[in-house]
Formats: sequence, structure tokens, C-alpha cells
Amino acid sequence: MKQPESAASRPRDVYFFATCVVDQFFPGAGMDAITLLEREGIRVHFPEEQTCCGQPAYTSGFPDEARKVAAHQLTLFPNDWPVVVPSGSCAGMMKHHYPTLFAADPVRKAQAEALSARIYELTDFLVNVLNFQPEDKGSDCTVVLHTSCSARREMGVHLTGRKLLGGLGKVTVAQQDHESECCGFGGTFSVKQPEISGAMVEDKVKALKATGAERVVSADCGCLMNILGHAAWKDKQAGLTKPSLPGEHIASFLLRRTSK
Amino acid sequence: MSEHAMNFMPSEGFRARAKDVVENPFLRQSFRGAMDFLINKRITQFPNADELETLRTLGEQIRQYNLGKLPSLLVQLEESLTRNGIKVHWAETPDEANAIILGICQKHSAKLMVKGKSMVSEEIELNHACAAVGIEAMESDMGEYIVQLAGEKPSHIIMPAIHKTKEEIARLFHEKVEGVDYTDNVDELIQIGRKVLREKFLVADIGLSGVNFAVAETGTLCLVENEGNGRLSTTAPPVHIAITGIEKIVEKLDHVPPLLSLLTRSATGQNISTYFNMISGPRKADEKDGPTEVHLVLLDNGRTQAYADEQLRKTLQCIRCGACMNHCPVYTRIGGHAYGTTYPGPIGKIISPHMLGLEATATMATASSLCGACGEVCPVKIPIPDLLMRLREESFSAPHANPAMVGQGAGYSGLMTSVWKGWAAVYRSPALYGMVTWLGSRFSWLMPSKQGPWTSVRVPLKPAPKRLRDMLKERQ
Repeated sequence: MKQPESAASRPRDVYFFATCVVDQFFPGAGMDAITLLEREGIRVHFPEEQTCCGQPAYTSGFPDEARKVAAHQLTLFPNDWPVVVPSGSCAGMMKHHYPTLFAADPVRKAQAEALSARIYELTDFLVNVLNFQPEDKGSDCTVVLHTSCSARREMGVHLTGRKLLGGLGKVTVAQQDHESECCGFGGTFSVKQPEISGAMVEDKVKALKATGAERVVSADCGCLMNILGHAAWKDKQAGLTKPSLPGEHIASFLLRRTSK
Repeated sequence: MSEHAMNFMPSEGFRARAKDVVENPFLRQSFRGAMDFLINKRITQFPNADELETLRTLGEQIRQYNLGKLPSLLVQLEESLTRNGIKVHWAETPDEANAIILGICQKHSAKLMVKGKSMVSEEIELNHACAAVGIEAMESDMGEYIVQLAGEKPSHIIMPAIHKTKEEIARLFHEKVEGVDYTDNVDELIQIGRKVLREKFLVADIGLSGVNFAVAETGTLCLVENEGNGRLSTTAPPVHIAITGIEKIVEKLDHVPPLLSLLTRSATGQNISTYFNMISGPRKADEKDGPTEVHLVLLDNGRTQAYADEQLRKTLQCIRCGACMNHCPVYTRIGGHAYGTTYPGPIGKIISPHMLGLEATATMATASSLCGACGEVCPVKIPIPDLLMRLREESFSAPHANPAMVGQGAGYSGLMTSVWKGWAAVYRSPALYGMVTWLGSRFSWLMPSKQGPWTSVRVPLKPAPKRLRDMLKERQ
């Protein structure tokens, strides 16, 4: 298991790489992550020209297309500041796959390696760089945490989300069955093998609901799109109007719990 | 599941076979229970994460070292085995391997072959080849015996009959074994199988086995097993034929203990298997038992193709423990038969394309969420997710000259390639990205309520009315 790296000192400035999923589908999660960082006294810079890390094409077997998109992102972070990414999956792409992706291009490979060293998944950054100590201002509640496979196995940051939630005095984190198992998203896997992906997300939602937690939180919006999308579909089938499994990005949950 | 017989185009019908299983709650629960059992057994053998990591790194290094010297080790192995009196045969294809084995059988006018567990013999479909010339090939591993009785194929490389319940096995024995009353008592079932098999060992003309490690320096064939059937198959009949892939070689005996320890702990959660056989030659003049002839068939069947490419070569590090299957959320959902290949699960997805070509196996690499559970437990650290991505690339790229694999470009589609090129054109250009996503956010109500397979079990995706970049601008 990879150990998260920690920066020697607390930075004044960070870049924020939102990811295309957050930009388009979960903008509130991005705002909340930025607000959390700013509240810690960090200046957050959002390069306007950012788009996507390139992972969808990369994992689908189109590395040339991924490379074109990734090459554009390489140019967006000129200062030596940490790059904070509110997704273990996209952070994993930039940290671990960019150097491989540009292996044949010495200039870009060097850029990719330099960038790789500055990539932080959000919860890792909050815990291991900022030593974020949340003060829980909410009332008693039980949540369940879903950690993405990339956060767990590629980034090795599966403990930081738990640690952040554990720091909230009135929040109980429920244990789910088969916690470390994939939710079945896997990018284009979900549409190329819909039967298998559907079975996986069905089991995941069942396990999350069985905990009795009032909501699911995750540091990856790709998983949330899949999990919440299936939970809402189930609700619709059952004629429910109120979501039986609400969910949100961990940044939104943390911000709300620690705000008045 | 026997109606979905394996064929030479495993890709065809993969989704249909997978669907059959995921829609069967009984099978779903049964696979889940079986895999959980194996996962839990494995983890009891690795209580210390650091020790596990050290051992996995050692396992990886040993396998990579030996693969690095594979050509010269194969020559050395042949010399050592020949010196020990073991006859070595080389087979490039399954047909060649079958012809060699049948040739030996016919030389001895063999009528009955007892088989210890061997996945390579499944790979070459030896039982069919034997049947075609009137030789009875009898499986002696209990799991293999069960699937053979049922007319099926193994659904797992370590636990061939893991897809069967004890009640199904009870019915099978009652129907297929003469004079057996129905019993679902596991001990009684084992005794029934044992009695049938014991008699066969005594009269078999040929004993066939696989090989877990072939040691080049000493000319030793190592065989790992739990039931003693491997030892009987390799010692009771007058002729022993071993068959294995060319990659199963190690240079020194010293390389065996770490790999053996990783293998048994990863596969079945045992610190050591019940039997570990080291075969170093036929019966000697002063010995009272053992086969008078020992043969080794070394099979290529696509392995040299994997070997030739630096990245794909890692596929050959595999020691066939099956841990990747046990931990795979896809295998757990669909079981082994759905894959339609001799080797199912994650290892099957990365090795089968070399044996059968990418055309026959193109969809298999897409049947993974790339969750990484396989790579995480692999005792020799095969980067299975990276290899799956590589296979996707090999399959979907336009056919080109000098491909690394047979069937490169088999999954190529002009339309799909255009979609990704279009995607890249948008996402590499901030202006285009800005325009497309702006339109998406403003006209999200235009998003269709049916979004292909996504909405088969999920609500449709809808972009938020404002993008993060819009919200940030408004805030200023």
C-alpha cells in the first residue's frame, strides 16, 4: 500500500483541478472544496483553461486521444504549488499514469513527472498537508463512506476520508459489507458491460442502504454518479419521491458540518 | 450452465452468458459465498502486510529474473531432464501437444489415462483428443472429476467445481456413478469419488499431470496438490506424461520455496499444500516403484507472443494461484463459465488473447472496471489493470503492420475511433470545451431520458445548470 506523501510545510497557494465531472455535474462539490481550502487560509487558483485529465480515453484503450487532452493540462500549472484534485480517480491518472503516458516524449515526460509530484487528492491534502481539524457543528447523524478504487489502490488514500469523518464528533461512520469492493462504475465499463456493472452497483447500493446510514459520502464523483444514479432509479421504480440514499461529495459534507 | 458450451469465439455470447448469471440470484449468492470463503482463507495466511509486500516483491523478482533468462533456461532444463532420464517434447500448438501425448499413448497401446489436475491439459482439450482415438482420460482431482462427470469444464483454475453446490454434486453422483444412492453428506461424496478413482489408478496405462515449477538446474518437476491424486497419477501408472507452459521454469531450487509459499497461501489460504511432489526421473534400476518412462511436454501456444513484448511479458509471471479470480468483482458476479475460455477471471482476460487471438477475445478486456483488486492481491505483482488497458488499445486501434499480437485491431471501429477523436478535439481545446459544456449546462433539459445502457439501471445524467467555472465567476 502506497503511503501518502506529505509536504514539508503548509503552502500559501494551491491550484485546483476540478475534473470534468465536478465542473459539469457536481459543481457544488467543487465550490465546497475550494471554500474549505480557503477557510484554511489557502489561496486557491483555478486555471480557467482546465478541462479533463484524459482518463476516459486512457482507460478505454485510446491512449493517443488521452495524450492530447493530458498534454493540454500539463501546461496549466506553471508555479510550484500543489495541485489539489477532488477525486482519487483523476488524481491517480495525473499522478501515476501521466509519466507513463508521456514516456516516449522526454520534454513532456519531465513535465509530467514534475506535475505528478505535486498532485494531491483532496482528502489526502486536508489530512496530511493541512492537518485539517474539523469542528463539528452539526447534530448527531450516521453516514457511510464509499472510497473509490483509485483512491484506495492507486493513491493509497483510503484512510484519509475516514479520518476526516472520524474527526467530526457527532458523526457516526457506519460499516458496510464488502466495503473495499468496486461500485461498478469503471468509466466506459458501465456502458460496455451494463449487466455486470448493473449487478455491481446494485450490490453496492444494497450494502450502503443496509447500514441504515442517512447518507453516503465519497471523495469521488464518478462513483457518486453511479451509486446515486442507481439508488434514484430504484426509488423511481418503487414510486418513492424522497431519496432513500442521498449522497454527496465529502467536501460538501465537511463544509456543512463545520459551518454555522 | 452447460448449455453455454465453450467455443472458439469466447467473445461471442459473453454478455449473454454474463447476463444469465447476474439475473440468477441463487448463483449470485453462491459465487459470492464461495469467493468470500477463499478471500477470508487467504487473508488469515497474510496477517502481516509488510511481510506480504516483501514476499510479493520477491515473487515478482524471481519470476522476472527467470523470464529474463527463459531461452537459455529452457535449453538448460532440457539438458538436465534428459540427464535424469526424462524425455522432453516441444509443442508449439495444442494440436502438436495432443499429437505428442497421443503418440506416447499409442506406443504403449494405452486404453486408460488418469489425470492429475492440469490446466494446460484443459487448454489443449486433451480429453477430447483422447476420446477421439478411443482412449479414456479420467480426471482424478475431485473437482475435475465432478466437472468431467457433469460434462462441463472447470469454472475456476484452482477450484474447478466451485460453481456446484453439494446437492448438485449429490444428484450427479447418484445419476452417473453406478450403484450410488443420493447423499449430500460431503464426506460420503468424497469417499464415493475416492473409491471410483482408486481402482482406476491401479489399472491406468498413463498418468498425466501438470507442473507448477520446472527447475532448470536440477531437472526437477514440482507438483503442488492436496489430494494425493497427483502423486498417484505420477507414480502408479507405468508411464508419466507431464505437460506445462514454457513459462513455468525457474533456474534454481532456491527459487521454489518463496513461490510455493506465495502460491498455496494465495490460492487456498494454506501455509503449505498437503502434497508437494518433486519428480526427478523415471524408476531407477534399484527402485521398486514409479513409472518406467517420464515425459515432459513444453507448450508454447501463444506464450512466445506475450514474451516478445516487454509489457505483455509480465502476463507470464503468473503462478496460477487464482487469487485474482477470488477477489474480482466481475468474476464474483458471473462465475468462470461465462468467460468461455479455459482460464477465466482477470488472468484469463490477459492470457487468453495470446492463446486464442484478440479477435476471439476482444470483448473480454472491456469486462473490467479496472478496480485493481486483482493487481493488489497478485502474489507476483502482475499489473493486470495496465495489461487490460493495453489489450483494449491493441484491440481498438486500427490494424497496422507488425502488430504485437495476433488479432490486433480486431475491435477496431471507425465510428468509435471518430467519437474518441471528437472527444479529444473538444477536451484539448479550452474554447471548445467551454462552448460544449456551456451548452450542456444551459440545455440540460434536452438530455434524453434514455441514455443507452447507462439508464438500464440508473437515472439519466444531467449536467448541472451552472458549471463550477460559472459559479466561480459569479462569486467574484
